[in-house]
Amino acid sequence: MMLVGWFACISAGVFAVLGVRSAARREGGGPWRRPAARLSDDPIAMTALFALTVLAAMAVFAPMLTSYAPDAPLDPVRAHLLPPSGEHYFGTDFASRDVFSRVLYGGRISLSVALLAVLLSTVLGTAYGAIAGFYGGRLDSAMMRALDAALSVPRILLVMAVVAIAPRITVPVLILLIGGTGWFGTSRLVRGQVLSLREQDLTTAARALGARDREILWRHLLPNVSSSVIVAATLSLGNVIILEAALSYLSIGIRPPTPSWGNIIEEGASQLFSTWWLGLFPGLAIVVTVLAINTLGDALRDALDPRTAST
Amino acid sequence: MTEPLLAVTDLRTTFRAAGGRRARAVDGVSFTVAPEETVGIVGESGCGKSVTALSILRLIRAPGVIEAGSRIAFESRDLLTLPEREMRAIRGARIAMVFQEPMTSLDPVLTIGAQVAEVARVHAGASKRAAWAQAVEALQAVGFPDAAARARDYPHHLSGGMRQRAMIAMAIMMRPALLIADEPTTALDVTTQAQILGTLAALQSSMRMSMLLITHDLGIVAERAQRVIVMYAGQIVEEAPVRELFAAPRHPYTRALLAAVPRLGARRERLEAIPGQVPSADAWPDGCRFRARCAQAFDRCDTAPPLYQIGDAHRSRCHLDAPAAP
Repeated sequence: MMLVGWFACISAGVFAVLGVRSAARREGGGPWRRPAARLSDDPIAMTALFALTVLAAMAVFAPMLTSYAPDAPLDPVRAHLLPPSGEHYFGTDFASRDVFSRVLYGGRISLSVALLAVLLSTVLGTAYGAIAGFYGGRLDSAMMRALDAALSVPRILLVMAVVAIAPRITVPVLILLIGGTGWFGTSRLVRGQVLSLREQDLTTAARALGARDREILWRHLLPNVSSSVIVAATLSLGNVIILEAALSYLSIGIRPPTPSWGNIIEEGASQLFSTWWLGLFPGLAIVVTVLAINTLGDALRDALDPRTAST
Repeated sequence: MTEPLLAVTDLRTTFRAAGGRRARAVDGVSFTVAPEETVGIVGESGCGKSVTALSILRLIRAPGVIEAGSRIAFESRDLLTLPEREMRAIRGARIAMVFQEPMTSLDPVLTIGAQVAEVARVHAGASKRAAWAQAVEALQAVGFPDAAARARDYPHHLSGGMRQRAMIAMAIMMRPALLIADEPTTALDVTTQAQILGTLAALQSSMRMSMLLITHDLGIVAERAQRVIVMYAGQIVEEAPVRELFAAPRHPYTRALLAAVPRLGARRERLEAIPGQVPSADAWPDGCRFRARCAQAFDRCDTAPPLYQIGDAHRSRCHLDAPAAP
């Protein structure tokens, strides 16, 4: 069972790498062929992609990788604060729970919160920016001034302000909260690009052929900004994972006993020097994930930038 | 003369420039295009050629406006009073336009087949499959070898000439009655130019289209147009059938333009140039707008000359062509 699980995780990583490779070689291949080729020529980016896919697969296949439940205490006497061993890879915590299992299941929460929050903020930011940039004029000015106001408050304060008035922080609430405060940058980016694309021949040509504004926006302008949006979303994924961890660490994120990488660290923080395994492993998970995401985001930015068209 | 397909009357298009100044880029332009006729519009950059073309399709965007009093009649409808919905149905279907820069006018992230097919989907509500088949047909008609396969190419796969052919395929997809070609070959090299112009001419006669050919290249006009309109500083300065214009140009600006065309075998060693520049649209000079650059300017040029009728189809905006000479 566990062997099958590990095999599934490694193969997920291999598949991701091979997928990019084959997209790079496909005949015709469309607008993604060249970026895929550049990405597959970058060993560091491919390593990051591999690591990230394996980590995500480990969260997905968590039940196959461990037989311990993440939130059920084991024997309270014999399994109390055990250091890492062959039995408990990452040791056990003060409530006699298996830390490896908690990190895996915590990854489910942390990664899915990050993914959904970024998805939400990307959709919101793209829509807001596209409307402001496309319709321009006074609407644009009003929308951008509102954005400036929102941007002048640090994000963590914005989140904490809502947490203070929210009765209970559940996972969906947290996603809404992080997603709802994370779209300002994306919308600036999209607004700027749509504003410039709108003035280009491409738009006039489409209008001259009888396309309506909505069709031009959907079919021509948004696909043209998609590469920068993808890069921005990838890079903000890393930030959101850290933000979620920070919130959980401040006890205003995911509530225990549900594990998230942030609250596992928080639980171990008081005894970091004696029971180092409580903080180290979830911390490593965060570091590796964020590092891989940022590396991949940087590589994507280079791969998708048509101005570096050397290959 | 038969009923014209397009009749532009007193077209004035104004842009509000920085500092509240108004720039009347097109200032009282009137002309007609008969069915199946090719009319050439020539002039230097900034004389209002392209703005005229965009005005016909009502593609002038804020801060530009077409002033009240302008009229554009097409197929006996006034385009300027048409609701936007009906205007959209005309754009790309009854009047199509080919632009100068095929690289920036095509969408880099869509296949050319998809872009050509889109025209049929917008206008005829064709199914995806039917639109694609039509697109392949149109690409074939504009001279794509192996059109079915090339339809899957992206614009960056194609040469400049092929990109312009793809633009033409989009324009002729719905068999428009009028094709506006705005500098269609300026961005291409000379041999490709000739091929593209040949393709346009063949399509025009097989589809019985009229064409408004906008260019600064007098050679193209001589070869392809039946009638020529010369524009200067937002106004028509001379209008004549093509042979007459080249044989007996009247307006000093037209003559200067013709003299500026380099000729093979000519003895002259220096290229002729017209001194000075086109005045800026936010500060048209009073009187004759060409006066400052004109070798034949005299005292009457202080007053703006009207467009004098000097032949059946020949008009000139110069006091030297006034019927009762001073």
